[in-house]
Amino acid sequence: MSAPTGAPTHAATSGRIEARFAALAAEGRAAFIPFIMAADPTVAATRDILKGLPAAGADIIELGVIFSDPMADGPAIQAAGLRAKAGGATLRQTLEIVREFRTGDDTTPIILMGYYNPFYIYGVEAFLADAKEAGVDGLIIVDLPPEEDSELCLPALDAGMHFVRLATPTTDDQRLPAVLEHTSGFIYYVSIAGITGTASATQDAIQAAVTRLKSHTDLPVAVGFGIRTPEQAAAVAQVADAAVVGSAIVQLIADNLDENGQPTAGLVDTVLDFARALADGVHGARRRAAE
Amino acid sequence: MTIERPNSYRSGPDGKGHFGIFGGRYVAETLMPLILEVEKAYEAAKADPAYQAELDDYLKHYVGRPSPLYHASRLTEHCGGAKIYFKRDELNHTGAHKINNCMGQILLARRMGKKRIIAETGAGQHGVATATVCALFGLECVVYMGATDIERQAPNVFRMKLLGAEVRPVTSGTATLKDAMNDALRDWVANVDSTYYLIGTVAGPHPYPAMVRDFQRVIGVEVREQMMAAEGRLPDTLVACIGGGSNAIGLFHDFLDEPDIDIIGVEAAGHGLESGEHAASLTGGRPGVLHGNRTYLLQDGDGQIQDAHSISAGLDYPGIGPEHSWLHESGRVNYVSVTDSEALEAFQLCSRLEGIIPALEPAHALSHVAKIAPDLPADHLLVMNMCGRGDKDVFTVAAALGEEL
Ligand SMILES: Cc1ncc(COP(=O)(O)O)c(C=O)c1O
Repeated sequence: MSAPTGAPTHAATSGRIEARFAALAAEGRAAFIPFIMAADPTVAATRDILKGLPAAGADIIELGVIFSDPMADGPAIQAAGLRAKAGGATLRQTLEIVREFRTGDDTTPIILMGYYNPFYIYGVEAFLADAKEAGVDGLIIVDLPPEEDSELCLPALDAGMHFVRLATPTTDDQRLPAVLEHTSGFIYYVSIAGITGTASATQDAIQAAVTRLKSHTDLPVAVGFGIRTPEQAAAVAQVADAAVVGSAIVQLIADNLDENGQPTAGLVDTVLDFARALADGVHGARRRAAE
Repeated sequence: MTIERPNSYRSGPDGKGHFGIFGGRYVAETLMPLILEVEKAYEAAKADPAYQAELDDYLKHYVGRPSPLYHASRLTEHCGGAKIYFKRDELNHTGAHKINNCMGQILLARRMGKKRIIAETGAGQHGVATATVCALFGLECVVYMGATDIERQAPNVFRMKLLGAEVRPVTSGTATLKDAMNDALRDWVANVDSTYYLIGTVAGPHPYPAMVRDFQRVIGVEVREQMMAAEGRLPDTLVACIGGGSNAIGLFHDFLDEPDIDIIGVEAAGHGLESGEHAASLTGGRPGVLHGNRTYLLQDGDGQIQDAHSISAGLDYPGIGPEHSWLHESGRVNYVSVTDSEALEAFQLCSRLEGIIPALEPAHALSHVAKIAPDLPADHLLVMNMCGRGDKDVFTVAAALGEEL
């Protein structure tokens, strides 16, 4: 069974994720985790949004790594990837963005979320070294189930990089221990069987799922997919340790571009205002025990 | 890189779906339980004589197997060398090898109690074959097809509609086969309980590459028997075209451990390898992970998958089945490539010499046959897989030749 900190890492982690969840637990509140795609639509926009997110209430930040074939993503995040790609985004550049963010913020955890191939092509060893040095705290790789742990999960844990696994409505009790075994940092519950930016789960279903996960692990449980409003985020925060919002933020970016696909003057503030509203929803929610 | 010669080239994949470093199960967690369920159901079906008997019966009476092994005497004479045979899988019901696999998988889906079938298609041949077996068994059918391919394969789009399938145009990415596969996977993630994903080639996560191969193996198994009957010995050379690689592995697999047989896979070189616009993943790509498996892929230095190009929609895929990647690295199979214009020439040659209008896909294989046959002796037995007929391609070919229809 998993220890509270999740799978053992052989090298020391950055400690940022552990520290953040410990502080939140002490305050009795849940984490707000926004997702944005790196370099959507420009590196400068991402840099400015990232810089403003902690003050807007982001407790942890998920930064998307582009992939040409995002099989688990709906239209909003697909489009974000295309915008970033049009601007020449790469994994190397994404690490540069994190490195720059770290010059002004040494506490907010950053998790890279993406698909395996760009990491594989970068080279697993080289990537882990560069990512640690840049200040990345963890990874979520959509297409690496436990069956392929030897690819990146185990090397990441060896290198002191958290590997946050996804659990889904199709992960049954028999399979759950395998999914949890090498998960570290927290576990991310994908609340619907589907792609990003489409359906939303009911509150009852989310509560039942979090309860089930909590009976198998002491790790913090984040819930994502289908959370679009401050109200939904608040409801999730009542039962889970973190609420993740992606497509709704990414769509707001899409809605604030000019006809050339460049950021309008108000883009960064609009995104940060929305993030603040989501964070307020999460932070204002009184925690209900999920036991 | 050459790997040590294994005892058998037919023992793969291992329990985790690996052919050497290739293959595997790189899918989202949502799909993983489902893929394990497909694997379990397929293992059970394979061991069930009733399943095999049912499949054999449909292959014989509905598909029309065995397909003939035909001595193409005028082409042989034209080339002036090796004795050329066509394995006539274009004579199958629906006009291609694709239905061999669809029949096997639809019977499996029925055993699993699935009511809704989804598929991806490039040329439309797999879509038509899937729509056909769905009509046969009264199952709902949704086919994802790139918007670009819908345009160039219009006759097949209409056939699918006639058969009762819904064809969903895919506009994401490059709007071709790889994007159709992405959208099919997205559909599957959202409809896990009701839906069976009927993959059309030896790609995707384990068990698909092995399962689709098993269903296509019948091609080579028949060739062995037919060649023994015709010539009293095994063939000397086998040639097949490669999109994902299902017709090719179907012809090759039974012969992989016959060391004296030359085996050649033909990829699409599009406008030429040096143009960068081609679909030759083995020649122009490198190992990566896409659509659930590790294999050779056309990609850039950041691991972004690149567009493939081929005049043949069925070969227009930036990857290749993982078993082919392994056969390539192990050196057992030799992979070559043929350009659009070479394939067009072979398409016309075959039509005029043999009275067989080939699909553009096997026209690639044919072009390579025409290249090598003249240098081989008259007693050299060469088998090419005529895996599809060309009716679906007449508009594309007319356009390429500047003819108005
Ligand atoms: C006639 C024909 N041949 C070949 C192919 C390529 O597929 P594979 O390489 O799996 O045989 C297709 C695909 O649509 C096809 O229609």
